[in-house]
Amino acid sequence: MENYISEIKPQLRELRYSFYVIRRNTVTLAGLLFIIFLIIVALFAPWLAPYPEDAKGAVHPADAFHAPDQTHFFGTDEAGRDILSRVIFGAPISLQIGVLVIVLTLAIGVPLGVIAGYSGRAVDELIMRITDMFLSFPPLLLALVISAVLGPSLTNSMIAIAIAWWPWYTRLARGQVISLKERPFVEAARATGVSGFKIMFRHILPNSLTPIVVQASLDFGSVILTAASLSFLGLGAQPPTPEWGLMISIGRYYFLDHWYLATFPGLAILATVLAFNLMSDGLREALTPRLRRI
Amino acid sequence: MKLRYYILRRLLLSILVLLGVCTITFTLTRVVPSNPAAMWVGSHPTAEQIARARIELGLNEPIYVQFYIYMAHLLQGDFGVSIRTHDEVLHDIAAFLPASLELILTGMILSLVVGIPLGVVSALRRDKPADHATRLSSVIGVSIFTPWLGMMLQLMFFRWLGILPVGERIDTQIWLTHPFEVVTGFFSIDTLISGDLVAFQSVMIHLILPAITLAAYPIGLITRMTRSTMVDILDEDYIRTAKSYGLSERVIAYKYALKNAIGPTITVVALTFAYSLVETFLVETVFNWPGLGRYAAFSIISLDYPAVMGIAIVIALVYIVLNLAVDIVQAYLDPRIRLE
Repeated sequence: MENYISEIKPQLRELRYSFYVIRRNTVTLAGLLFIIFLIIVALFAPWLAPYPEDAKGAVHPADAFHAPDQTHFFGTDEAGRDILSRVIFGAPISLQIGVLVIVLTLAIGVPLGVIAGYSGRAVDELIMRITDMFLSFPPLLLALVISAVLGPSLTNSMIAIAIAWWPWYTRLARGQVISLKERPFVEAARATGVSGFKIMFRHILPNSLTPIVVQASLDFGSVILTAASLSFLGLGAQPPTPEWGLMISIGRYYFLDHWYLATFPGLAILATVLAFNLMSDGLREALTPRLRRI
Repeated sequence: MKLRYYILRRLLLSILVLLGVCTITFTLTRVVPSNPAAMWVGSHPTAEQIARARIELGLNEPIYVQFYIYMAHLLQGDFGVSIRTHDEVLHDIAAFLPASLELILTGMILSLVVGIPLGVVSALRRDKPADHATRLSSVIGVSIFTPWLGMMLQLMFFRWLGILPVGERIDTQIWLTHPFEVVTGFFSIDTLISGDLVAFQSVMIHLILPAITLAAYPIGLITRMTRSTMVDILDEDYIRTAKSYGLSERVIAYKYALKNAIGPTITVVALTFAYSLVETFLVETVFNWPGLGRYAAFSIISLDYPAVMGIAIVIALVYIVLNLAVDIVQAYLDPRIRLE
């Protein structure tokens, strides 16, 4: 154990330095703090929301279009539901979408990229031509089309986004693997008879994770926006789910006379995506030595 | 490699990619749905209707024959008939495209006119308040939910200030009293051709809010891109030399630095065009803009598969052609790219 720690000491120092770079950057820190706040809101939504039953589709037509005041900080929607409660319950949904889509995307994209990069020749050619096919659609368009075919639902929209998104990670992982596979440590592993599978996933992959992690954090915001777009067009979450994009979509019919219907869910999306973008910009800077500004 | 061979090679690759695109749309329409024939006939089909549809759609043939037929139709420009409008899909697309193009081009001009100078100023005032403000607003630009931005603009400029229209391409009243001939489909040009300034003014006013909404994301992207390349270039030796000659900051920035910084920005602009084509699905829905985007959004909601796939193929085609054009321009500008 003692030995092991001294062995990875340089990595630990590097990691501590990365944290230092992140901490020094106020904007990154602000993004990070908002994300932590969002996670807390998501975890404690049932206790934080003043009217938790409103998020599940309870209706009180008599209370419809109640402008924001002390009883309803964000007002009520067309069915008399408390908008604040619904925005709070939207937080876990958006975070879930982001995490699940990114995990699914990585699970498809990265192994394929590693295999393509390590195998080379025909396998590489085949996998890369398949990614080319997918990359010739703008991602939102492909997600829309797949989602339309699978049928409108939140789960299907997440699957659709992942299918539209994986090729980017295949390309990224492939490039990493190609730059690493001629390195001495890989040759050493090969010379000692380690199997190809083990070299790919135990030796090369861990060493090529940094840019993949950075890209994943950069994509988090885009995934949330894409999911909101699908919901807005009626393909994602279905009523009465308190998904922010869907709330804006329904609010569209009333917002000119009742401004609060669409405003607050939109602000929630803006704050969330902004926080992720600010944090991931800082993360990229911290993990990419070339970009560090001392 | 000679530029000619490079272009030929990229062209061949593009054709392969296009074939791939059609494979995906074919798979999505014919293989993924468990019963495409039932989908074709519509709700509550009888067994007889389905059987006839199977023959009509060629679903009894082996899959490769089906693909061949599908491709043959596409190559003849036959994208099928829209289930919703009962019109040929390609005809619908051609009818709705000009309105969208007018909006997209306006948005792109806006994003260039705003984005490039902002990026340059940001780079010149690096780490000063102006830079921080520009960077923050460009991050907001790429973080905002487009339809929501459109709705907030409607709320502000239509409902509260009452100075701009809520949607549509032209005031209905003006259209009735000032008829003009539709030649190009671009109302801004058509009204000018007719020499009708009242109608032209109405058209321009209607363009403002949707164009701003559509441009928000590209402005953020172009600003960021221009800033980061400008920052790199401003550190170069030749810029220092220019400075030591006593040239003004303005001349150095726009005449010496920007020229070299513009390459990556051009790539972004081309990709932004394709991005905007899809983003119009959202923007045109919000502004009730009678273009391809609103048509696409309606087709998606009513699960009008022939229309959806037709639009997808057309947009993918535009995307591929743009990528090809960008690659060729880059190869022309930078011979290193041709060596591969």
